[in-house]
Amino acid sequence: MFIITCPFCGERDQSEFSAGGEAHIIRPKQPTELSDDEWADFLFMRKNIKGVQFERWNHAHGCRKWFNVIRDTSNDKIHAVYKMGEKPPSD
Amino acid sequence: MSENFRSIETKFLDKTNRISFKYNGKKYYGYKGDTLASALLSNGVHLIGRSFKYHRPRGIMTCGSEEPNAIVQIGGNGSFTEPNVRATEQEIYEGLEASSQNCWPSVEFDIGGINNFISPVIPSGFYYKTFMWPKKFWYSLYEPAIRMSAGLGKSPTQPDPELYDHNHLHCDVLVVGGGISGIIAASISADNGNNTVLIDDKNSLGGSSIYQNNENFKIDDEISSIWLDKKIKELKNKKNLTIKRRTSLAAFHSYNYLLARENLADHKSLDKRLNKLRQRLWKIRAKKVILATGAIERPLIFNNNDRPGVMLANSVKKYIDYYGVRCGDKNIIFTNNDSAYETAISLNKKGINVSIVDIRNNSSSILVKNAKDAGIKIYWNNTVVNTKGYRKIKSIQIMEMSKDGTNVVGKKTNLPCDNLSISGGWTPMVHLFTQSGGKLKFRDSDQIFLPNTEMSDQISVGSCNGDFELDDVIKNTVSECKNFISTSVTDYDSLKVSCPKQKENKNIWLLPNDKPLGKTKPFLDFQNDSTAKDIKLAMREGFKSIEHVKRYTTTGMGTDQGKLANMHALGIISETAGVKMGSLGTTTFRPPYTPLTFGTIVGRNVGTFFDITRKTPIHEWHKNHKAEFENVGQWKRAWYYPKDGESMHQAVQRESKAARESAGILDASTLGKIDIKGTDASEFLNRVYTNAWSKLGIGKCRYGLMLNEDGMVYDDGVTTRLDENHYVMTTTTGGAANVLSKLEDYLQTEWPELDVWLTSVTDHYATASVCGPNSKNILKKLFPILEFNDGNFPHMSFKNTELDGINCRIMRISFTGEHSYEINIESKYGKSLWEKCMDAGKEFNITPYGTETMHLLRAEKGFIIVGQDTDGTMTPIDLQMDWIVSKKKYDFIGKRSLYRSDTMREDRKQLVGLLTDNPNEILEEGAQIVQDEKKQPIEMLGHVTSSYFSPNLNRSIALAVVKNGKNLKGQKLLVPMKDKTINVTVSDFIFFDSKNERLNA
Ligand SMILES: [Zn+2]
Repeated sequence: MFIITCPFCGERDQSEFSAGGEAHIIRPKQPTELSDDEWADFLFMRKNIKGVQFERWNHAHGCRKWFNVIRDTSNDKIHAVYKMGEKPPSD
Repeated sequence: MSENFRSIETKFLDKTNRISFKYNGKKYYGYKGDTLASALLSNGVHLIGRSFKYHRPRGIMTCGSEEPNAIVQIGGNGSFTEPNVRATEQEIYEGLEASSQNCWPSVEFDIGGINNFISPVIPSGFYYKTFMWPKKFWYSLYEPAIRMSAGLGKSPTQPDPELYDHNHLHCDVLVVGGGISGIIAASISADNGNNTVLIDDKNSLGGSSIYQNNENFKIDDEISSIWLDKKIKELKNKKNLTIKRRTSLAAFHSYNYLLARENLADHKSLDKRLNKLRQRLWKIRAKKVILATGAIERPLIFNNNDRPGVMLANSVKKYIDYYGVRCGDKNIIFTNNDSAYETAISLNKKGINVSIVDIRNNSSSILVKNAKDAGIKIYWNNTVVNTKGYRKIKSIQIMEMSKDGTNVVGKKTNLPCDNLSISGGWTPMVHLFTQSGGKLKFRDSDQIFLPNTEMSDQISVGSCNGDFELDDVIKNTVSECKNFISTSVTDYDSLKVSCPKQKENKNIWLLPNDKPLGKTKPFLDFQNDSTAKDIKLAMREGFKSIEHVKRYTTTGMGTDQGKLANMHALGIISETAGVKMGSLGTTTFRPPYTPLTFGTIVGRNVGTFFDITRKTPIHEWHKNHKAEFENVGQWKRAWYYPKDGESMHQAVQRESKAARESAGILDASTLGKIDIKGTDASEFLNRVYTNAWSKLGIGKCRYGLMLNEDGMVYDDGVTTRLDENHYVMTTTTGGAANVLSKLEDYLQTEWPELDVWLTSVTDHYATASVCGPNSKNILKKLFPILEFNDGNFPHMSFKNTELDGINCRIMRISFTGEHSYEINIESKYGKSLWEKCMDAGKEFNITPYGTETMHLLRAEKGFIIVGQDTDGTMTPIDLQMDWIVSKKKYDFIGKRSLYRSDTMREDRKQLVGLLTDNPNEILEEGAQIVQDEKKQPIEMLGHVTSSYFSPNLNRSIALAVVKNGKNLKGQKLLVPMKDKTINVTVSDFIFFDSKNERLNA
């Protein structure tokens, strides 16, 4: 049970949030021009890293905002939290 | 009257408060402050139960949560009964009833004890090996037999009448463990202004130091227990400090999130527990955690080391020094270290006969000198090779050890005794540390695992951190705490501490014997009856990983989670495999540290509080009109309204007929409603629905189908354009919350450029849906100012109006195929709206109908229910709903997936109608559909998704998904059931009014 710092609300218990999978997977702007393989890559392929991973989280029982989290899946340490559309912090 | 073994006055018990209790039906006495174990021992009762596999007699071994044997059933057969309670933790109260577990017919005579004599044929992995084959024997023979003999207590058969609670706690510093190091840590922390909480699982603080009366242990020139007692009294007046006794830490999760169980009532008699909280689960978030969880003594592993009367040396010391109870009159201490000599000296001082068997050659410890000076007989360089006595130990046999310690030499000596106190050194309690993600290191000098790197802001102090000498404990606890909470001065900086130092230590995991291992029974895990032999056998059979050996031999898998067994199992594995102990790793320590009862885990969330119940504003009316309800998500929906003893079938047939013949009314308030506003609202709908929305006129409604990005149908519903930039979307009852969060997800992450705002308004409106040929006449009466002709208020359109001055939204939409209106009104007027509809409809015999009739009516029309006729693998094309998928739109959620090779396959499962050859036969929903019953294996073509008897068609109808169904119309298929096979024909799935003439009737 970790603590997540919502970029809009601050420090909150993990139970207020829901996880939304890997971050920075952009929905293709022109899906019709993609091959089956390319579309399948967007649709199905996700990393499952043991270590530092970029993730989407939603403050479901709070402000309902989506945002990004950089989390080490091996120890749940959160390295950074940043808003949708923002670039991940460089270090 | 049983013999009295309470020989010594003790300040820890209230001698004025004598308590009677029953054990196995017999009445005994103890004092307030006694545990069940100490009270039984004071009455000379050692034999507590039978072991799990061999049904060997077992007695009390320890004085704490590590107890493997003394596990009892508390309470009789009533609802208060609880199995698997450790007698060493259960405090006695007036009227307590306890009984032995795992023995039948009685603890004194146990039929399962026969297993002990056939034990050569019960090797490790016995259950896996024996009961695998033949399979049919499992149910008839093996399982009942195992259940008979392996019963670890009885579950209560009635609901738990007691109250449990959950509570949150936030603090700066949490100190776990109220022994000497925990007390010092808590005191330093609180003195420095930290909001501090100290928890301890016992009823009084002080740990093992509080009864340390040995004169060699001194703090500031006082006997250590006297000094500590003063410190504990000081604690009670400290600011910033909360002390929770009888509170055991169950789990230590990451980010310093901890769960603790506070026991409020288990030590009180039943009449004082009524309507009071029994236990409270604390959900603790601590900025910093100090673990002072102590250490537990190790047993020694030798032949027949499990007899009643074989106990851990430090526990024997606690029983005499704390509870005033002697565990025997002729005691032998068997040890490999100096600390057990404290027990010998304690016993000797009280005039109790004691001698010592030590596997070492000598020791220069002051404790050993004291023992020698007191004239205690010590057998150096000897080991116990056998014990005798069935219900209690009567004697031991010892032999001298060879120089290298791997063998025994010379002749056996027989020593009579009635208690054998064993000590194999100490194991730091690192369970909680590792639960929180901490990594351990191994210390070779005394063969222990210690905290190494931690994942959160925490430290371990005292013996759980590997300090076993009083001066080290105090010095290191003080310096660690100063560092941890950033302070330079404490009250404990210049304490004078003197104590005996541990000198020689000799660790042998499995002691040598004159007999081969196969002929001896050196128990490792007392609760699960696994021996050193089992471990070696598992390794011979190829198991290498400690986790595998553990599971194969069940070592460490009892309710004590191997608190005593695990280190020896590791030691024997590493010795046998010839690898270093430190490189072997440990088994995983999983929460809870000690078992939690289910009541504590669920707290108040039982019965009606288990989940939220949502009721519509019209619920009371349904209830008053005898509706039966069904659960849809968290909603209670009126299912059908039986009249005059009607069956469900009769009621539904009547309701369905009435709705088509005159008028019906349905409470549709539970449908999800999402208010959509913004200049890009139309574009947004274009992207989320499969059909086009830009051209929908204001005041018009449209049915929409929503897909997942994988092309599968996700939800459906009617959306109405209220204004240029304002829509209200309806969703399925069960899908409302998920649809809203899915739409929010797309808005926030994929299309942030869209100006769209979503609000859930499900609970804001109540909805009455009036349908049937007379629906128009009823609406006319209710809303006289409105025009209801098809030109003015056509199908799929909307009107804003008022009902007695209250705003209403009326949509002319239909889920039944009938001419029908949905009237939406602010929730609080919902019941009034409904009653007005009923009044106005009286002359038309308006009939309230429930969800079952609604399902039947829509099935007659072939309308799908998402989640019933679809299951997340159906595309709109599979549903033969190609008409709703826009070919013109460039993109919408899921569009690209409709053109994947897999979704374009012709032979996918597709929605069809099924008609039984016998019109009175009703298919079962979920029934499998096949073509050929003879060809094995039978090919499954699909299944029935919806099935009803239609009163309007006077025959049964069904919807089904069938492979290649689109091309099978008119074909005969089979639905095999348990007792017969039903012949069916594939049909169109619109069974009724296929030209939609009734919509405008
Ligand atoms: Zn938030």
